Amino acid sequence: MNYTLDFTPVIEGMPALLMACLGTFGLALGGMALAIVIGVGGVILRDSKIAPVRWLVKAFVELIRNTPFLVQIFFIYFALPLAGVRLDPTPTAIIALGINGGAYAIEIIRGGVQSIGKGQIEAGLALGLHKAQVFRLIVLKPALRAIFPSLTSQFVLLTLTTSVASAISAYELTSVAQRIESDSFRSFEVYGTITLFYLVISWVMMRFFAAISTRYFSYPVK
Amino acid sequence: MGANEFLFLLTGLKWTVLLSIVGFIGGGVFGLAIALARTSGRPLLERITAGYIALFQGTPLLMQLFVVYYGLALVGLKLDAWVAVAIGFTLHASAYLGEIWRGSIEAVPKGQTEAAKALSLHYVWRMKDVILPQAIRISLPATIGFLVQLIKGTSLAAIVGFTELTRAGNIVSNQIFQPLLVFGIVGALYFLLCWPLSLYGSHLERRMAIATR
Repeated sequence: MNYTLDFTPVIEGMPALLMACLGTFGLALGGMALAIVIGVGGVILRDSKIAPVRWLVKAFVELIRNTPFLVQIFFIYFALPLAGVRLDPTPTAIIALGINGGAYAIEIIRGGVQSIGKGQIEAGLALGLHKAQVFRLIVLKPALRAIFPSLTSQFVLLTLTTSVASAISAYELTSVAQRIESDSFRSFEVYGTITLFYLVISWVMMRFFAAISTRYFSYPVK
Repeated sequence: MGANEFLFLLTGLKWTVLLSIVGFIGGGVFGLAIALARTSGRPLLERITAGYIALFQGTPLLMQLFVVYYGLALVGLKLDAWVAVAIGFTLHASAYLGEIWRGSIEAVPKGQTEAAKALSLHYVWRMKDVILPQAIRISLPATIGFLVQLIKGTSLAAIVGFTELTRAGNIVSNQIFQPLLVFGIVGALYFLLCWPLSLYGSHLERRMAIATR
């Protein structure tokens, strides 16, 4: 073992790497937003009166949850141009992340909605609460509270998954690191450093979500 | 796509399955050790294993593979890509399975441990004959869920350069210029592998929910 670690390329590339963290952040935010939209939409459609619509939602969830994200992002990357949509790798990656996260969000949100008992809504109405009040106080807040832990850990996972978007060279941390690595051949130093970056990113996210949870959802259940 | 290309994909599938099995078994062995250390009641052991788990759950699998792959080369181990990748997945799986099994060990009612202690059962027998058999039952749905996760995760070995199913798909797609067809088939093969496991996992989960009601 006569290898000496050399972090010079990492230090020289630091501004680019820090900028790329914003790229990762952008991918994650875009993916989460799309995942919530697909999640809420999917839950509504899953209870549709039209049977084929329900089947489609279920098939979508099973299909996405049982195939690798890498295959999904390749498929979408090649499918979009054939459908006449020309997008850069970065928006393509956001769409893929949103679709992938959306399938998980559907399952999580469905569980939250189911956790609200019908009796609670009836009790709220009987107490003379307005319909909007019932929705806000009795349905929405407890449901959000119920899904918050699993939804946010899914979001942390989604953020870590953005590294896979480097496979279609979207602009984010891993692809920038790969460029620095192929220029300098300091693979271990480069990837070791950005692994720490990811660790910090996910730690900050978890802290942030935990703070929201104690601020808004830490009231006693009974 | 001809028969040759399809056979090439199937060879890739074989490596995907092998890699998943090796990762799962290796991860299972080390994961059990981590779960036991994490619940051992010794602060130092618990803190080290908690850090190990946090490290693997807080970083992307792709980075773990890169760091293991290049890290092993750096300490002078000239390893086959296959071995390096297998070590990467073993470490990854050991952290996740360790955390899942820690949860299940802690989910076994305390009275079980107390009763075993009252019968003066030694730690080894207490774990082997009393706690673990119950913990394994509790952990089954989550363990199977992670196995599906692991199978899907092996696709990332393609980025490191190991020819499993996804990379085989890449190669074929570059040869015949029909990426949608190729990745459609690759996706379908993964689906055939993962879906039965997912169904079995949720079946177990439902059955357990009824049993504990």
